[in-house]
Amino acid sequence: MSKPLNIVVCGSLVPDPLQTLEPVQTPQGPGLKNEQMLPSVLDPWAACALYEAAALAKTRPGSKVTLVALGPKAKLQQLMMTVAQKVPLELAAVNAPAGGFTDAKDTAAELAKAIKALPTAPDFVFGGCASASRDAGVTLQFVAEALGITEFFNAVDELKVADDDSFTVKERIEGGQYLVSTCTGFPAAIGWATGSLPEPPNNPQTGMMNMRGVMPALMKAPAANVGAGGIAWEKAEVPAAKRDTVVKKDMSVEDIAKEIVEWIKA
Amino acid sequence: MDQGMKIAAFNIEGNGTFAQDVPAMAEAIKASGAEIVLLPGNSRVKRSAAAAAMRAGAEIDTNVVDVELADGKAVARRWVYRQRILTAFSRAARPWVIVTDPSLFGEICAKTGAAAVPFTAAAGGATRTAVKGVENAGTGGESTIKPDAKLLFVAGAGWTKKQADGALHFDEAAATITGFLKKSGASLGSSKSLVDMPEAAAAFTFMSHMNQVGQTGATPRHQKGLSTCCHGEEPHVVGWRFVNERRAVNLDANCGWAQGKADVVYVADAFAVMAKVNELMG
Repeated sequence: MSKPLNIVVCGSLVPDPLQTLEPVQTPQGPGLKNEQMLPSVLDPWAACALYEAAALAKTRPGSKVTLVALGPKAKLQQLMMTVAQKVPLELAAVNAPAGGFTDAKDTAAELAKAIKALPTAPDFVFGGCASASRDAGVTLQFVAEALGITEFFNAVDELKVADDDSFTVKERIEGGQYLVSTCTGFPAAIGWATGSLPEPPNNPQTGMMNMRGVMPALMKAPAANVGAGGIAWEKAEVPAAKRDTVVKKDMSVEDIAKEIVEWIKA
Repeated sequence: MDQGMKIAAFNIEGNGTFAQDVPAMAEAIKASGAEIVLLPGNSRVKRSAAAAAMRAGAEIDTNVVDVELADGKAVARRWVYRQRILTAFSRAARPWVIVTDPSLFGEICAKTGAAAVPFTAAAGGATRTAVKGVENAGTGGESTIKPDAKLLFVAGAGWTKKQADGALHFDEAAATITGFLKKSGASLGSSKSLVDMPEAAAAFTFMSHMNQVGQTGATPRHQKGLSTCCHGEEPHVVGWRFVNERRAVNLDANCGWAQGKADVVYVADAFAVMAKVNELMG
């Protein structure tokens, strides 16, 4: 019989993608206007990683999913009200700034520290292949390196784990193709792309069960000093991207088609 | 070009494994003795360069779209928040590994006077991973993602909605889309809502999550983009940042595309328009 899995998912919050983001200068460097007020969501790629982790854990009874999240404690608490209703999980939180202007290496060091402090070493460390804030796609690699994990796969859409703990992964590569690899066993780190699972519906029972552990985890979240690292920011701006859209309402299908064909061929 | 700064660049191509590439890349960074190391941001580099830089004691920044050198200082530019805020920054620490957008690697090398040399994975370590091969995404055979195509054709969830006759037309939608791709040579993109839809996955076998454009999808670079049956909401449109000429076909005259996100919006039924386009394209 295959053993239960210990899966750690690294993921944090990002501003809701429907919000308008405006950079401002703060004493700590660039930030977002009204950053504390912006509604947050779990980073979309990290969310995919979390759902994949939960689905994998279901295949092996006794498995555990631990979400290791770094972010401002108050915002993490808000975020967990929703996330905790999605899948069964435990939380290990780190109270530190998170966003597009914080340093990935500092963030990774804190995440690695939090993972090392867990009672059991992970079989898998999951995370998103990048974040929707910094969008650097380096944090999980730093974490793997800090934990001494030598098998890392990036932009993964599929992971199949066999009973003997070997597994097959499909990583996105250039030209709409997958690189298919096999690995003989754990531990491994997986940077997920979107995977193939839909967002699970909210389950209040799961939420209540999770929140019993989430609230104490938030209470004891250690504070960490994550800043801009060695980056000297010179500028952060939203380029003017608004176009003068022409809306054509009364053209016939034939005329629209002709215009589109001419435009394509031009 | 700054004469005083030593810049190395490595052409890294093909596929590799993390366990073997990290020590090899770290060694290459150290052995170059360069202050700045330029790498192209392809999948192999994105997998291993960050850990390699860490091992080599270097700093790293990825997805860089420009590098300017002046007076012994390098200033890089990259986007944060998924193509929504453009930043310019520098670092004092050396070596500094700069991973460029893959399509801009040659341009940035030329601008900084760096001659890219091939990377060899000679110092690779032991690995438990075996690369089995490469396969196309989706189940429809030929890949519909063509990064070099002039045109990006994006299909939205509207292709799976009930039409005027109250029925679903998956087969007609699939035939229209694939017919257009064949005739135009366009690359196929999709909205998240379409690739997330299980019923669409069954009918549109030529499409997968890899086709997704936007917040959690790709940010492709094509000269032109034609969107159909997609509302043009912000999380999707951030993936269009580098598509220069944009047109959309949508039944809603107030859709996101009409709010300054497209050049032209045709208010019409995409089923009818694209069928006619296919006919006209011969």
